[in-house]
Amino acid sequence: MKNSKFINNTSRRTFLGGAAASVALTSGLATPWIAQAAGNVKIGLIHPATGWAAYPAAQLRYGAQMAIADINAAGGIKSMGGAKLEALLGDSQTKPEIGAAEVEKMNEAGVHALQGCYQSAVGLAASAAAAKYNIPFSVDVGVSDKLVQRGLGNVFRMADGYGRIARDAATNLGEINARAGSPAKSVVIVHEESEFGTGTAKLMTNALKEHNLEVIDTIKHANPTRNFDNIALRIKSAKPDIVMPINYPGEYVLLAKTLRQQRVDFMASYSVLGGGFNFKFVDDLPQIAENMIDVNHWYNPNSASGQAMRKRTEADGKYFTFEVYCAYMSILFLADGFERAGTTDKDAVNAALAASTLEVDFMPYDKTKMVDGQNMGSRAVAIQAQKGDVQIIAPSAYASADAVFPRS
Amino acid sequence: MLPAAIINGLMFGAIYALVALGLTLIYGVLHIINFAHGAMLMLSLYAAFFLFQLANIDPYLSIAIVTPAAFIFGYLIYRYGIGVLSKGKDQNILLITLGLSIIIENSALFFFSGDQQTVSLSYSFEAFDLGFMYLSYPKVISFVAALVICALLWALMSLTDMGRAIRAVAKERQGARLVGINVEHIFAVTFGIGIACLGAAGCMMLPIFYVDPYTGNIFVLVAFTIVVLGGMGSIIGALLGGFIIGITESVGGLLLGESLGQIGISLIFILILIFKPTGLFGSKV
Repeated sequence: MKNSKFINNTSRRTFLGGAAASVALTSGLATPWIAQAAGNVKIGLIHPATGWAAYPAAQLRYGAQMAIADINAAGGIKSMGGAKLEALLGDSQTKPEIGAAEVEKMNEAGVHALQGCYQSAVGLAASAAAAKYNIPFSVDVGVSDKLVQRGLGNVFRMADGYGRIARDAATNLGEINARAGSPAKSVVIVHEESEFGTGTAKLMTNALKEHNLEVIDTIKHANPTRNFDNIALRIKSAKPDIVMPINYPGEYVLLAKTLRQQRVDFMASYSVLGGGFNFKFVDDLPQIAENMIDVNHWYNPNSASGQAMRKRTEADGKYFTFEVYCAYMSILFLADGFERAGTTDKDAVNAALAASTLEVDFMPYDKTKMVDGQNMGSRAVAIQAQKGDVQIIAPSAYASADAVFPRS
Repeated sequence: MLPAAIINGLMFGAIYALVALGLTLIYGVLHIINFAHGAMLMLSLYAAFFLFQLANIDPYLSIAIVTPAAFIFGYLIYRYGIGVLSKGKDQNILLITLGLSIIIENSALFFFSGDQQTVSLSYSFEAFDLGFMYLSYPKVISFVAALVICALLWALMSLTDMGRAIRAVAKERQGARLVGINVEHIFAVTFGIGIACLGAAGCMMLPIFYVDPYTGNIFVLVAFTIVVLGGMGSIIGALLGGFIIGITESVGGLLLGESLGQIGISLIFILILIFKPTGLFGSKV
């Protein structure tokens, strides 16, 4: 025992100071960066390029830059003499305060519009900072309804927020359950602890009651959570018919693996905005993913443009995740605003965006109609992993396959 | 539920201990606070991942490749990097390892992307049925491996000439040099052994966890707590500290909820600083 000690002469304080400093290190010291190119209409893209959300951020950037390239190739903003779009890249490092600081930098760099931020908390801070300068701000991904409920005239969102998604998720689950003879009665919600998870879980609890589904337990977990065994056992003891994860990618996948390891039996995993449910998950872990259901942003697989975008993305060696087409759609929305405003004047662009009637056929959306910054034409859909692919199972107007429920 | 939570804590505590072993060894001998510890853990996870993806080598078998490779990497990094550039000054070492972590993480982000990678093994979901819970094969293997690695490390430090030389350098650097020990070589070997521990940890963790450029940081803060709890430089302390932290986290999660359960780790950190600042197996300097 004694020999296992390595007594040293260095102050403990040195070590403890270092341990404390490691907190600073691991919470992220990477310098934010902005890449600029020459151009006419500058659009700032603020995403968590470094940190735990680096992958979705890269997907968002990819989608946005694809849209910018397409618009420029098609002649740019024609009402402005063919002005080209130019991306200014910002890194929020997953932190709200850094996201807001990026807005300040971009404002100094003369940005004409902003897009971001993946995390609702960062989007709230960044869009509030943008509001000081009245810079048009389009939320590409970010589901908190607070983003568009603060009376800020410069903030817009094309995709759904968690209020409408929760309503649709409950309705879709109710329909799927009813078609199967209503075998499911109970739900356990497992959600991450931030605004996204907590807010969505609260809404789902209320929305499910209207479809005769009772939430018998709600389990909150930290980000990151390293071990889901306790949660899996808690779910197992509750014996729910439906398990409803609402969390980010890493935890989504770990939870799914642990539920399988602990042999937890249920009729369906029905996640809402499940961060890890995508083509990659289905490819990597097909035996777990099979028949799992998620309600999320999703493209319209019945549209030619949606299929073409998926092929392009996959040809570039990337997965066609919702971040790609949500970011693409958000850029189209901003470009359409500039096109109709015919200027970069902020008031004019904000007014044009508020009056948008853009039609985006690669999404299962109706014509754009902004109400207080929220597109009322948007909708989330229920998707299910089936035989190595992902199918839309509800609403029926966009369904590409019937739901497998209860799962086999 | 309580017995299950305790067993879960023990299983995960063994993994924490593996990560903490390298940290405590490097600090105990070299007096280096290795800021790149998390980044190097991440590299070992990627090494095991790519060996599986490209050569179809099971992560548990890849330990035979990754651990020696990690040792060589650690040896070279210290001998021709940290040791040369630091010029013997602690503050230089801090900055070098800090810089190293930033370089490694951002290089991983550039080359491997931020995508989270997992492996699916044929036995990933096989488990022992304890009646009240299932114990997955990967977690049991990791638990046993942690005990074996701790025992091997203890034997290395206690029973071999190299171990004696390392302890001699840790205790009295100049004295060790006077009796003919190549101090620079011993430093590099120690750093290499510390990184080799991470190599083994990465192979054990891959079937259970995922890897992305920031995975290491998820574990490194816990590892620092374990080192303080167990006593800086103590192998046994790292192992027991890992178990204590693992059980605290697991039982805390059960009693307080998974979100609040993390408080237990911070509470232990504070209590140990107040009542036993040298750690469970540490000694006053």
